Amino acid sequence: MEPILNVTNLTMNFGGLKALDDVTIRLEKGQIAALIGPNGAGKTTFFNCITGIYEPTTGEVQITPPGKNTQSLKGLKPNYVTERGIARTFQNIRLFHGMTVLENVLIGRHCRLSSGIIKAMLQPPSQKKEEKKAVFDSYEILEKIGLAKYVNDMAVNLPYGAQRRLEIARALATDPFLLLLDEPAAGMNPQETKELDDLILWLRDNENVSILLIEHDMKLVMSLSDWIHVVDYGKKIAEGTPADIKANPDVIKAYLGEESDDA
Amino acid sequence: MPIKNQIKQSLIIAFWFMILTFPIMVIKVNTIRHTIDFRWANFLWVGIVTFFASMIWNYFLRRNEEQKKTDIADDIPLIHKLLQNDRFRRPFLGLVAAFFIAYPFVFPMYHTSIMISALVYVMLGLGLNIVVGLAGLLDLGYVAFYAVGAYAYALLNLHFGLSFWVVLPMSAFLGTLFGVLLGYPVLRLRGDYLAIVTLGFGEIIRIVLENWDDFSNGPRGIGDIPAPSFFGHQFGQHDAMIYMYFIVIGLVLMTIFFVHRLEHSKIGRAWIALRDDEIACQAMGIDKFKTKLTAFALGATWAAMGGVVFAAKTSFINPMSFTIWESITILCVVVIGGMGSAIGVIAGALVLILLPEYLRAVAEYRMLVFGALQVIVMVFKPDGLIKSVRKVYTFKAREE
Repeated sequence: MEPILNVTNLTMNFGGLKALDDVTIRLEKGQIAALIGPNGAGKTTFFNCITGIYEPTTGEVQITPPGKNTQSLKGLKPNYVTERGIARTFQNIRLFHGMTVLENVLIGRHCRLSSGIIKAMLQPPSQKKEEKKAVFDSYEILEKIGLAKYVNDMAVNLPYGAQRRLEIARALATDPFLLLLDEPAAGMNPQETKELDDLILWLRDNENVSILLIEHDMKLVMSLSDWIHVVDYGKKIAEGTPADIKANPDVIKAYLGEESDDA
Repeated sequence: MPIKNQIKQSLIIAFWFMILTFPIMVIKVNTIRHTIDFRWANFLWVGIVTFFASMIWNYFLRRNEEQKKTDIADDIPLIHKLLQNDRFRRPFLGLVAAFFIAYPFVFPMYHTSIMISALVYVMLGLGLNIVVGLAGLLDLGYVAFYAVGAYAYALLNLHFGLSFWVVLPMSAFLGTLFGVLLGYPVLRLRGDYLAIVTLGFGEIIRIVLENWDDFSNGPRGIGDIPAPSFFGHQFGQHDAMIYMYFIVIGLVLMTIFFVHRLEHSKIGRAWIALRDDEIACQAMGIDKFKTKLTAFALGATWAAMGGVVFAAKTSFINPMSFTIWESITILCVVVIGGMGSAIGVIAGALVLILLPEYLRAVAEYRMLVFGALQVIVMVFKPDGLIKSVRKVYTFKAREE
């Protein structure tokens, strides 16, 4: 079976800096994969290249959504990437602070709604029905993620952990087949991290999404992932199951530094 | 801040003002007798007044801060509470409607005329509110579209004899077209850059109108623009004003109706999301450019319609009516009224346009009082007179 995400020889140059150097990553359907590496290794740049925020210098990004043909994402704008079924969250929370929780999720539904300006002004039954359904769907997503009690609160007033979950809810509202999570557990306490762990597993099993996450919390990564990719200085240095990665000398070297002989 | 520090601060401020105003308030040069009078009493008065003004200012600032701390959630403006409450909504709206219907018959023509101007600004404000308040695009050249509407009516009437009712929808279309034409190249910019470029575009339109004599009659302007007719019947001057008033009321109601619907639709949410965070917005599948362009074009639509009304009301237009100050005034209406809040913008337009007219009683200090009021509103109510409130959704369907 075709991998749902197939990134081959991806290179991203910023002037003289090679933020990503010949990275190849494949993701199978239903997989939870993690992308790890020390700070500044190029993990978020990798996400930005896939989602169209940056256009990669060279390399190819291909997706095969379930039941559809393989297509290239290279050079597409972020909104078209999302339309094709890849949703993401952000490392530094990027919620719409002037809106309520529900409206944040409704924004996620945006690309699945068809009513235009004229319909918005005249409000024919079809538009009203669509709008009602969108609100209903969004509420359902909030219920699933466990944020239903906040539905009419302003997004900015939510506790930190809830804001992170809302980002996931918002991404889920775009009907993705692949979810990219950029450090979803950053700044969370152990209790919240545990809940996040459950949520991600639940998403994979019930929402039919595959997940690629960037994370620094090794406990979370090791317990959650089926497959781990390690990058350092923009190069991929290893991939494998959590057990493989734990034992890989290159990975240990990247994280802890090289052991010198005379020590 | 303890009271002691506050007194100290106010004393310093008072002293500073005494020195600052010393040359104008204290020294009086008599050029005929070649003498200098020192008016020390004034010196003292400036000090005392500044001291108390500063104390009061501080008191309100502190109270404002404390209020913010105590009720974050319950921060809904009174008028929204009234409108949400079923018992008060109908009588309240009825009262407002009665006031506006009775207005031209109760008050003299001069007041009706001022009210028409204010209502045109309500239209313009609501239009600009889409661009600035909702989509967060700082547009300083908004008056250009206003000019497009006004000149469209004046010229089409002059050359082809088209009537108000024909030109009004045409101008809406023209406004949209110009919005797209001007928006297309400039909307790649954002923030300050966008403001400067739109400022330039606004001036270009005005300068073209001023200098392209064959087309627009230059600075001499175009006169004898007919007032709107009523199925072919032209009213006398007084009745025409009342008729105009009701046309504007109708247009304002239409504007409120459509803008409200837009605001709470898919496209309206996209505008607000775009204002809050462009990158996240795109990552949610929203086409940034298209969304910005629709905001710009729709804003222009209402500006152009406002322009037609303006031309019909004043019956004479020239480029001087469309200077940068007009843009600034409309922007003030939106910012002081409350960005993104339709009710706020309406209140802002009425206050900002009517107030200077009624302040003629204190003619000399009119602009001074007006400016001071703007500063005070911005310091104590940074969200505007009536801030926007998001829609609350209920989920009755689930409980069944």
